[in-house]
Amino acid sequence: MSYLHEISEPVVEVQDLNMYYGAFKALDSVGMKIAKNRITALIGPSGCGKSTFIRGLNRMHETVPGARIEGKVLLDGEDVYAENVDPVRVRRKVGMVFQKPNPFPTMSIYDNVIAGIKLGRRHKKSELDEIVERTLNQAALWGEVKNKLKDSGMSLSGGQQQRLCIARTLAVEPEVILMDEPASALDPISTQKIEDAIQDLKKSYTVVIVTHNMQQASRVSDYTGFFFIEEMGAPGQLWEFGETERIFSNPKRKETEDYVTGRFG
Amino acid sequence: MGEAAWPSLPDCFFIRRGVILNLFKRLRRGNLGDNIFGFVVLLFGVSILVIMAGIVFQLWLQSAPSREKFGWSFLWSTAYDVQRQNYGAGVFIYGTLVTAFIALILAAPVGVGIAAYLVEIAPRRLNRVVGSMVELLAAVPSIVYGLWGFYALNPFLRDYIAPPLQAVLGWLPPFSGEFVGTSVFTASVVLAIMILPTVAAVSRDVLRAVPDAQREAMLALGATRWEMFSRAVLPYAKSGVLGAAILGLGRAAGETMAVTFIIGNNPQIFKSLFGQGATIASEIAAKWQEASGLTLPVLMELGLVLFAITIIINISARLLVMLLVRGPRGGLRA
Repeated sequence: MSYLHEISEPVVEVQDLNMYYGAFKALDSVGMKIAKNRITALIGPSGCGKSTFIRGLNRMHETVPGARIEGKVLLDGEDVYAENVDPVRVRRKVGMVFQKPNPFPTMSIYDNVIAGIKLGRRHKKSELDEIVERTLNQAALWGEVKNKLKDSGMSLSGGQQQRLCIARTLAVEPEVILMDEPASALDPISTQKIEDAIQDLKKSYTVVIVTHNMQQASRVSDYTGFFFIEEMGAPGQLWEFGETERIFSNPKRKETEDYVTGRFG
Repeated sequence: MGEAAWPSLPDCFFIRRGVILNLFKRLRRGNLGDNIFGFVVLLFGVSILVIMAGIVFQLWLQSAPSREKFGWSFLWSTAYDVQRQNYGAGVFIYGTLVTAFIALILAAPVGVGIAAYLVEIAPRRLNRVVGSMVELLAAVPSIVYGLWGFYALNPFLRDYIAPPLQAVLGWLPPFSGEFVGTSVFTASVVLAIMILPTVAAVSRDVLRAVPDAQREAMLALGATRWEMFSRAVLPYAKSGVLGAAILGLGRAAGETMAVTFIIGNNPQIFKSLFGQGATIASEIAAKWQEASGLTLPVLMELGLVLFAITIIINISARLLVMLLVRGPRGGLRA
């Protein structure tokens, strides 16, 4: 089912997206619009294709052997799967934060933040310093690490590592930031800090966040998409999509209601 | 990589203690078949240690006259004087280390490149083909490499590779001098080919041990595959790759037949790679039949030295590889 009508000026528009792992169809004809400078949460039971879906938005899906895709993903009106589009360019515009923090263990905190921008044009030292401070601030980590920027990224706690990964993603200045259950491996206090950071991000970024945590979805997001599989082995579908408030207070479909009220999941 | 995949040290100990306890229990129960089985397997296990110890003991015993005469200075003396019966291991240690290092310098980039191709780029089917081809290289008998090196590679290097090298780098001592017959250079190239499978196979395992999360992190930042490999995978795997290289070094240092064929067995501190030299292994292989008087104990002590060198190299390499494959780095620590 597609929900293309609700958002007038989308950054990303997904049309009739089918995703496969080899012969297995993981996602069936998903259509979605993602609003600019808003937070879109994707919820649903495990294995329903939420993570697969966001990996389709920045072309990370195709790094899995045998993975394949049909349909269109328009980023600012341009299909990211068009033949002349370089996936590397797509990923610079659509950044990603993963479920488990994955800082580069051989790099310092400072070098972790600038790992992405060092791939592009050369920057002056003063420019880099400014970017590191700004992005670490945005990720709500600056105060905790400003005196040990040269230490290894691995010296940080799990929650701090995840915020470091957020800063690293911000440094590349993507338009859209995808987050795949960014707080699921963290304690409540770290989760709180990351949620606060995400709230601030929507001033300048568009955020898509996958979460298993219903409270988190209702707290941070403006729009919510509910993914669902009808039976084991069937592909995931976008079951319902809309403004977060409506999805949680007045869902149109029974399964959505059951899920958001915690009756299954 | 799940943490449960690697039992911690106390666990190992506990399991092993458990096995031994069980053995005793069975002994008391008097289950004859199991007793015999346990005993025989134990014997096989212990036999490795006994053989190792036996080799070292014999080398030590038989090298006594040489050790008494030359003392510790045997290790660095470069004397090789048949008339005065004055010998040192210096020339041979030099030859061994230089050929092994050159082989490593040639083989390491190629081996890591093969590993990178297999792990990062090759499609699954090709992966298996190329992988087994590389392993086949290791199955070619040493003597075949020797023959091929002597009759095919040496003339080729002499006629087509050495002249341009000399034209450009001839002002450097290692590339000066004449390429007459067989040479240290040819020996090193053959060694490089022989250790390539070791370097490639171990590097491949090490690169596979790098978590995909590291690759994805770099790709998601907008890295190309090359940037992903050079900035995320290789730095993460560097100690393991170094270990792979050192394992190759160990193989090169101990290699005998091919080198004996090619290096010329001329005990001297060669300055030019196009000259001749000798390694510990080639010296032993070339001289043992005519050894008499003091030369046999000298060869035995050379064997002891080679044994020590390869063991030190191998242990340090395995430690480096183990550090990487087992080390809880990257990902979540909590």
